[in-house]
Amino acid sequence: MPIDAKDIKKVAHLARLAISENDIAPLTKDLDNILKLVEKMNQTDTKNIEPLAHPFDATQPLREDTISEENKRELMQSTAPQVKAGLYIVPQFIETE
Amino acid sequence: MHDKTLAELSAALHGKTISSVELTQHYLDRIKKYDNDINAFITVTEEHALKQAADADKAIASGKAGPLTGIPIAEKDIFCTQGIKTSCGSKMLDNFIAPYNATVSENFNQNGLVLLGKTNMDEFAMGSSNETSYYGPVKNPWDLARIPGGSSGGSAAAVAARLAPATTGTDTGGSIRQPAALTGITGLKPTYGRVSRYGMIAFASSLDQGGPMTQTAEDAAMLLQYMAGHDPKDSTSIDKEVPDYSATLNDNIQGLKIGLPEEYFQGGLDADVEKTVQAAIKTFESLGATMVSIKLPHTDLATSAYYVIAPAECSSNLARYDGIRFGHRCENPKDLEDLYKRSRSEGFGEEVKRRILIGTYALSSGYYDAYYIKAQRVRRLIRDDFKAAFQNVDVILTPVTPTPAFKLGEKTTDPISMYLSDIFTIATNLAGLPGISIPAGFSSSQLPIGVQLIGDLFAESKILNVAHQYQKVTDWHRQSPTQFNGGE
Repeated sequence: MPIDAKDIKKVAHLARLAISENDIAPLTKDLDNILKLVEKMNQTDTKNIEPLAHPFDATQPLREDTISEENKRELMQSTAPQVKAGLYIVPQFIETE
Repeated sequence: MHDKTLAELSAALHGKTISSVELTQHYLDRIKKYDNDINAFITVTEEHALKQAADADKAIASGKAGPLTGIPIAEKDIFCTQGIKTSCGSKMLDNFIAPYNATVSENFNQNGLVLLGKTNMDEFAMGSSNETSYYGPVKNPWDLARIPGGSSGGSAAAVAARLAPATTGTDTGGSIRQPAALTGITGLKPTYGRVSRYGMIAFASSLDQGGPMTQTAEDAAMLLQYMAGHDPKDSTSIDKEVPDYSATLNDNIQGLKIGLPEEYFQGGLDADVEKTVQAAIKTFESLGATMVSIKLPHTDLATSAYYVIAPAECSSNLARYDGIRFGHRCENPKDLEDLYKRSRSEGFGEEVKRRILIGTYALSSGYYDAYYIKAQRVRRLIRDDFKAAFQNVDVILTPVTPTPAFKLGEKTTDPISMYLSDIFTIATNLAGLPGISIPAGFSSSQLPIGVQLIGDLFAESKILNVAHQYQKVTDWHRQSPTQFNGGE
């Protein structure tokens, strides 16, 4: 499955990355090489093999649904780029008219 | 003083031949004197360290000290440290002051360890040479024209040049063991889930694991004692009793069965590496161990599966850097999409972007089964290879790296050749197993070479024991570069 410039642009948008036109060609080549390395996997038949998500099949533990954290909004927002009245400020994204 | 191990420094502090403030100042002076050449540190926390050291001295004087109280250490800049810049080697987090402590850092604070600073690393731990750091590459203390390995390159170089007696690292595909090998120190990647990942900035969540980087296996056991254990704040941390890692270091290894996987010794191995590994095998035989030839048939698929799984998890984990809640935000965004795209493109470096793109591609509609699910199936085959091997052997011995440290810039233009420098360490992460890299010799041009011991799940005690027995009859781990050793 060779990857082309169109794929790169699509994937960059999905990942919300702005890629300059000049970077498209070298990126296409890099990603194509990485996919070639990855596609070595296809040499092995894995039809009856279950996918492994955790190295020793552990499952998520459950706990009581109780409050364990106190409210630290001010501390957590101290690293935010722009905050007003406890809210994160972003450019307007709903049309007013 | 700086050549002393944690065990020796602990004895000196408790015997009151030196205070923690004196010891901390000694390392701070060494960092000032030498780190311009090495670039192992992103942040040096001098004031904070001296205050912690003074507190440690009080605890020692009042008899309330633990074995590592007052010991200065440095942390990889991937561990959140409250009130201290935590950059993860990225422009994205250049302005990030962590609002809380990682569990590992919190444990160190509770036990009176002293934080000298935060070490340099590949950006978001993605790299094998420490050249992807926003803060510039770390230099290998054995040859400043060479890389120290990565991604925990700053942590490795700091211990190698004796700028800190011990450091922490994280290992997703070899990021503790590979730099440990290339700088002549001891580095342990514990079993997945043994050390809490809370506050350890995520790269690939099913692979990431923190661990100690030290001069000796004995020191790794001491430091791991404060890192390991169940943490309710990390749902993937395993609730299993933590053994006393120091207690079994001196167990006899007579009759130990060491597996040598055929696939790790086939072609492509540098002659100096081959010679060093063979010499280590002889040493283990002289200690009474028996070598058993084993097969791990899916070894050559590990890198392929890794470069789907790790980027896929990375693309998901790094989605949180959106320029809104923390981290870099671009100037004058014209709308929300522009804010996301420019903040991320400006904040991330080339390699991180590459991996986000590969991961996003592998997870995107139409490709998910062919890449991600396929890689997870291969992951099971790799895990099962190890499972079968450990039916017959106690530990597995392999090289850590195909070559000694390469030159700065040598592989930066070719991602694939960089990726292949981790071929001997990646499978261990996919299988979740613990592995340790120990110094085992030098190349003809005086570059350190390591040997890897892989243990079964939760067998940290066993590989530390085997490594310690090796270090009792060798002195590779006590050697340090003479350039940073003068006059003190």
